[in-house]
Amino acid sequence: MKYFVLLATMGEMPSWEQLTPEQQEAGMAQHVAFDEACASRPGVEMLGGEALGDGSMATTLRTRGGEVTVTDGPFAETAEQIGGYYVLEAPDLDTVIELCKVLPPYDIDIRPVLDTP
Amino acid sequence: MTSTSARFSTHPERVLDDVHRAEWGRLLSLLVARTRRLDLAEDALAEAFARAAARWPVDGVPTNPAGWLYTAAHRHIVGRLRAEAVAGRKAHLLAVRPGWTPPEAADADLGDDRLHLILLCCHPALPRESRSALALRLVIGMSTEQIARLFLVSTTTMAARLTRAKQKIVGAGIPLGDPLHDELDARLDEVCRTIYLAFTAGYTPAAGSELVRVDLAGEAVRLAAVLHQLVPDAAQVRAMLALVLLQHSRRSARERDGRLVTLDEQDRSTWHHDEIDAALSLIAGLPTGEGYAEELRLQTLIAAEHATAPTANATDWAAIAGHYAALEVLTGSAIVRLNRAVAVAEAEGAPAGLALLADVEELLADDRRLAAVRGELSARVGDLATAKASFQSAITLSTNEVERSHLRSRLARLDDADR
Repeated sequence: MKYFVLLATMGEMPSWEQLTPEQQEAGMAQHVAFDEACASRPGVEMLGGEALGDGSMATTLRTRGGEVTVTDGPFAETAEQIGGYYVLEAPDLDTVIELCKVLPPYDIDIRPVLDTP
Repeated sequence: MTSTSARFSTHPERVLDDVHRAEWGRLLSLLVARTRRLDLAEDALAEAFARAAARWPVDGVPTNPAGWLYTAAHRHIVGRLRAEAVAGRKAHLLAVRPGWTPPEAADADLGDDRLHLILLCCHPALPRESRSALALRLVIGMSTEQIARLFLVSTTTMAARLTRAKQKIVGAGIPLGDPLHDELDARLDEVCRTIYLAFTAGYTPAAGSELVRVDLAGEAVRLAAVLHQLVPDAAQVRAMLALVLLQHSRRSARERDGRLVTLDEQDRSTWHHDEIDAALSLIAGLPTGEGYAEELRLQTLIAAEHATAPTANATDWAAIAGHYAALEVLTGSAIVRLNRAVAVAEAEGAPAGLALLADVEELLADDRRLAAVRGELSARVGDLATAKASFQSAITLSTNEVERSHLRSRLARLDDADR
């Protein structure tokens, strides 16, 4: 199955720019360890993943009655704290949960990516 | 008609009930494990039982009833799979742990995958309110209507909840099979929490006039017994089964003429002493543990003190207070402290109990139990004003009619004494 892993800096993990250089380095090391854990796990493949600009950089488009409006984002207050994402191929949810424990202490949402027929 | 067929033809319904009770969960676990179709297995097995209800009275009960049902259900699923293939549809299969294989099919002994089915139903990624309902449906084989009644929701609501839970299992890839590495213990903790929560829901006065829902508690006890049978060495499961057995053993004594009968006034001869004995032998020699297993063990020791006291007056309250003190250290729970205050009041006198209440007043400000305990202990030290005010607020806070009427009669007795 394909999984989308959403990383939010809302729990014990402060946003990246609030970290000291040393903390950033430690955080990077955890992301590297995550990459390695994924690579060495049978049936798991890292399909993608990026760090995202923070909520103040977001632009929101809304379509209402056919009219598109453009505003300052993000569209939900909690989306402000989304720091990045990964897309993984993994055999099951338990495997993804176990791998994510290697990451810094983000609040994480794991969602299955739906097959397009 | 020969005597043999006569015997079979008069009993198939009872045989079918027994087989349903004993084998539903095992058969369903095998169907799910081998077909990985959580959506089809349940209907197929129900269909097989319906066919048996029609066939067995005519043909006689087969020599291997479980095998007959398994084959009928499996055939039903294969038929559905064929229809799907013809229609060009491809459904999602239940995820399984890498390297996991379903139990082998032997002739008479079909195998058993109920432990994995229970773990699947109680996965932490599922909503809490769905887990025990799903386990009662899939592992115990209760109907959606029955489960809806037990959880006090409509059948439609319960059916939707069960469907959503099954869809999430398949859609999110919650896998069947052994938990990863050392996670079995933590997962069993979660299963125990789920079962115990369902059990206590049966004994928690809810809104309305029914004091307890003994049926729900009874089904939770059955689920606990199945789990214990599957993992006999798991300490938390042993303690949890013992705990629910002890609490459930008092069911016949808890209510009289629609009124709540408190522990001290219960007729102890109506307690189910065989269940108490079974519980005591479960916890005999259960060593001190840690975490949730230890929490359950301490609660069970407390329940065992009550269960083994020949009369209410003979209760060893000092031992109970000691267990509560250990439990409070472990959990930091205000409710545990409240219970400890009650035990200390019995062991050392009401003033010592009242002193312990002071710390939880803020944490349990709107809790009917705190108000009721404060009322009782204040009455004992002769502080009638506080006692009456406390019972009055307990009455306001309680939503259960039977409990309220108990509190009202307690208040009325104080008024009489005051006159």
